[in-house]
Amino acid sequence: MQDFWAAFGEAVALIAALDADLVEIIALSLRVTLSAVAVACLIGLPLGAVLAVGRFPGRIAATVLVNALMGLPPVVVGLGVYLVLSAAGPLGVLQLLYTPGAMIIAQVILVTPIIAALTRQVVEDLHGEYDELLRSMGTSRSGTVATLLWDARYSLLTAALAGLGRALAEVGAVLIVGGNINHVTRTMTTAIALETSRGELALALGLGFILIALSVIVSAALMGLRTSAARMAYA
Amino acid sequence: MRDMARISESSGIWPVALNGVVYEAGGKRLIDDVSLTLGPGPLTCVMGPNGAGKSLLLRLIAGLIRPGGGSVRYGGAAEAAPHRIAFVFQRPVLLRRSVRANLNHALKTYGVARAERRGRIAGLLALGQLEALAERPARVLSGGEQQRLSMVRALAARPALLLLDEPTTSLDPQATAAIETLVRKVAGEGVKVVLVTHDRDQARRMADEIVFLHHGRIAERAAATRFFDQPQSPEAQAYLAGRLLL
Repeated sequence: MQDFWAAFGEAVALIAALDADLVEIIALSLRVTLSAVAVACLIGLPLGAVLAVGRFPGRIAATVLVNALMGLPPVVVGLGVYLVLSAAGPLGVLQLLYTPGAMIIAQVILVTPIIAALTRQVVEDLHGEYDELLRSMGTSRSGTVATLLWDARYSLLTAALAGLGRALAEVGAVLIVGGNINHVTRTMTTAIALETSRGELALALGLGFILIALSVIVSAALMGLRTSAARMAYA
Repeated sequence: MRDMARISESSGIWPVALNGVVYEAGGKRLIDDVSLTLGPGPLTCVMGPNGAGKSLLLRLIAGLIRPGGGSVRYGGAAEAAPHRIAFVFQRPVLLRRSVRANLNHALKTYGVARAERRGRIAGLLALGQLEALAERPARVLSGGEQQRLSMVRALAARPALLLLDEPTTSLDPQATAAIETLVRKVAGEGVKVVLVTHDRDQARRMADEIVFLHHGRIAERAAATRFFDQPQSPEAQAYLAGRLLL
């Protein structure tokens, strides 16, 4: 118990002093996570909307697949990306392994199904309300998707938030493809795992506090945005 | 509005002809062998008791649902020219945007150039007496204001045929009067209006002709004055006498 409080005190001191290592790890984590979520949104939002609105053979199978992929094991994704990006792999020539780029790719694969599946549900519900109106206006399929995505934007923040949560907390895949190299690919989660295994609880705890704080801040901000949008009848 | 009349005359959708149209759902025939020809001109009210198929008929005319049998033709074509038919629903369906943005979305959908939209929006806001509400979220408007917005949004297409599905249901008399004034104005400019209503007084006020539906069939079609003074079909006679139609 004494160790815990000592570690806790050191963690607070590290945060208060804006320790350079701590700041570097946080910055890289945010860079990787936000990049991955942004790319996943670019893919997942239209994909989810097309699954909600489109009528094409295999739509149900595609929906089942996307839903199933929400539960992808991160270490399996990490292994797959590792094999593809390793020197002997098909994309080895890109030399992305053990770089933040590889970590972003792994996280995009993990996060995209989450965003696409949640988007499909949100857009499908809204489509039920708008369908006759948009058809009566002669709206094109792409126009329908754009209208639904825009009007569901506040609800879709929840989908992005879920993706962000997954990416922020992810450790297995980024550890395999990033290698947890100091000053290169060390993120908050991989650093926590490493420092804990080495018994350096202060840094691990400090990063843990910041990780939780980041999740709470992002969640609160999005909740506030949704609430004010609902009050304004835009949500 | 002057443009609207020109488009109505040259729209190429006339006549809208339903020939032996059948529509079934859940094993039940809801529209049963309906033949009906609509041309530009008189304001047509579709009347009938609940479940007669009034709203379904309107959706069949709009092409929102496909008939299980028979055909719907527009000037001889299987499809109406884009944006020539506009639809106003019983419950206004408004986008989660401001009043102005709802109109802008409609104009954009109808292919109106950005430079032209500002002036068109101003005209539509004035037509619906919605200028003061332009920046308000559409979904916080009153029921009457929402329906006026739905009406002018439909008119953004400069349609030849305007289909109104009980647009004043659940509105107060003042809001109803505003909608009826708007409908008369639009009809006066040459837009063909088909109005579904179960409100006999409204039909008396608005209609030039009546199409009376019962059990998915046209029981009677007549000029409004004749329909109300001397209904020919037993169903219409019973309906106007206030008897229950089973």
